[in-house]
Amino acid sequence: MAEPLLEVVAIAKRFRGLKAVSSVSFAIEAGHIVALIGPNGAGKTTLFNMIAGVYAPDAGEIRFAGQRIQGLRPDEICVAGIGRTFQLVRPFAGLSVLDNVVIGALRRSPRIAEARRKAGLILERLGIAEKRDLPAASLTLPDRKRLEVARALATEPRLLLLDEVMAGLRPTETDRMVEVFRELNRETGLTILLIEHVMRAVMALSREIHVLHHGELIASGAPDEVVRNPAVLECYLGEDAA
Amino acid sequence: MFSQINPRARGLLAALALLLLILPWIANNYVLSVAVLILYFAYTGQAWNVMMGFCGQLSLGHSLYVGIGGYSAAALFVHFGIGPWGGALVAVAASMLVGAIIGFLAFRFGIGGVYFALLTIAFAEFTRLGFDHWQWLGASGGFFLPVKQREFNDLLNLRGSPVMFYYVMLALATAALAFCTWLLRTRIGYYWLAIREDQQAAQALGINTFRCKMIAVLISSGMTSLAGVFFAFYYNNLFPEQIFNMGRSIEIILGPIIGGIGTLFGPILGAALLALLADGITELMAQIGIELPGIKQVFYGSCLLLVTMFLPNGVWPALARRLGLVSAPGPDPAGNTVRHPDG
Repeated sequence: MAEPLLEVVAIAKRFRGLKAVSSVSFAIEAGHIVALIGPNGAGKTTLFNMIAGVYAPDAGEIRFAGQRIQGLRPDEICVAGIGRTFQLVRPFAGLSVLDNVVIGALRRSPRIAEARRKAGLILERLGIAEKRDLPAASLTLPDRKRLEVARALATEPRLLLLDEVMAGLRPTETDRMVEVFRELNRETGLTILLIEHVMRAVMALSREIHVLHHGELIASGAPDEVVRNPAVLECYLGEDAA
Repeated sequence: MFSQINPRARGLLAALALLLLILPWIANNYVLSVAVLILYFAYTGQAWNVMMGFCGQLSLGHSLYVGIGGYSAAALFVHFGIGPWGGALVAVAASMLVGAIIGFLAFRFGIGGVYFALLTIAFAEFTRLGFDHWQWLGASGGFFLPVKQREFNDLLNLRGSPVMFYYVMLALATAALAFCTWLLRTRIGYYWLAIREDQQAAQALGINTFRCKMIAVLISSGMTSLAGVFFAFYYNNLFPEQIFNMGRSIEIILGPIIGGIGTLFGPILGAALLALLADGITELMAQIGIELPGIKQVFYGSCLLLVTMFLPNGVWPALARRLGLVSAPGPDPAGNTVRHPDG
């Protein structure tokens, strides 16, 4: 079997006394779409932030395409090929929608004209091309989520980390977003790790699901197996349901 | 950016350029000296704007770079006979070095926002104290350049008539505008705006924020020190108490704040508005025979208050729209990087 694109080995992070993530290990094959689910406070975003270089793990190792990446700065992680979105969207509010995405594209396409062309294509893919000249501050939340994804895609990542990009979207909007990710995955082989509460999207997209609870991985596997797993049902619905 | 400017704006710009070019023939020495002052603050405001308006790093100590630039060039001229153009190179290098030290200390150790601003004040203040006691440079008694009456303008040594100084300052201000226009169209220009808007998001897009902020400080400090060189040869005297004064730093930033932070024409408009109105008020007071010391400062304060309250983006974005120089929405042809939906 080929080496996985991303390999997380026994990573842990504590904030003061609080164990946010303890000894979590998993791997993602290139070209797969994998979901990370779990109740609020389970440590999903902390795990993301360790992969994205915002926090250095206290222990363990993160390997991306065979290289150790833990402890690198977020910009170095991005250059290595990991793009990310933020759960609380962070558009460059004063800049136009297009310029937001151009800034992402400039990493791989230093020439402005080329970056603008690429950014335009990505905006079309996400369906917000007609808003390219508006200030990002004027966008609605669903459009901001799309912009967040567009900007991350513009960095041309091999692995895309999506932090709750479906939250706040209507079901039809969710389906459109799901379709975009499917297309990208099919056409370019983009590998995706998503944190998501919207099960409609999780079930439609992911080939594999990891469940995090109290900072520990309690289940991993194919979607239909995981949603029947008693431990998973218990952490989501309480003991009686399981 | 200039290619996108609509015909009306281009016409206005051409008219302004023409007016500035022929000004020495139609204006008396007093008007010319006011014009030099306006251009001086347009230039320094532009330089400060690179750091704050583009990259979002607030400096309240830009008089530091003016002072270092002025003293470097003056010292080389007086003590070693090196002309101001050669001296300018040293001045720029010295200011950039100091800027690099401040930037490194701040950005390496994650000092941002208000604390960064305080650091810039601190550096300007203790440099002032140092120069106050530096006998080789005249200490607190002042450092003077020799003044000789000349028949011809000596551009090489910056000795000559107010008209010559006017054109030198006009050239500097024009060059700064062109340079900043170009900067905003480069990759680093985009990266600065990203850092100004949201540093963490910028970093997630692969931007080395430390390096970009350092470059902003280096460019800004280097540009500002050229104004210092001009100042030294224009006024022929330097006093640490004056040139490093925090009030001077504030004067530098008033123009861009009132004109519009982050815009290309804001610093120019702001400098012009402040100088013309402040002089107008002083003149008016003199006419009606009231003498009020400090009226200029009160006036600056009121301007700042009014602009902050009613035009938080500055006068320029609003004016550009009113004059029809901007066709909103869309990429702003006036070069405004702050684009808010409500103007």
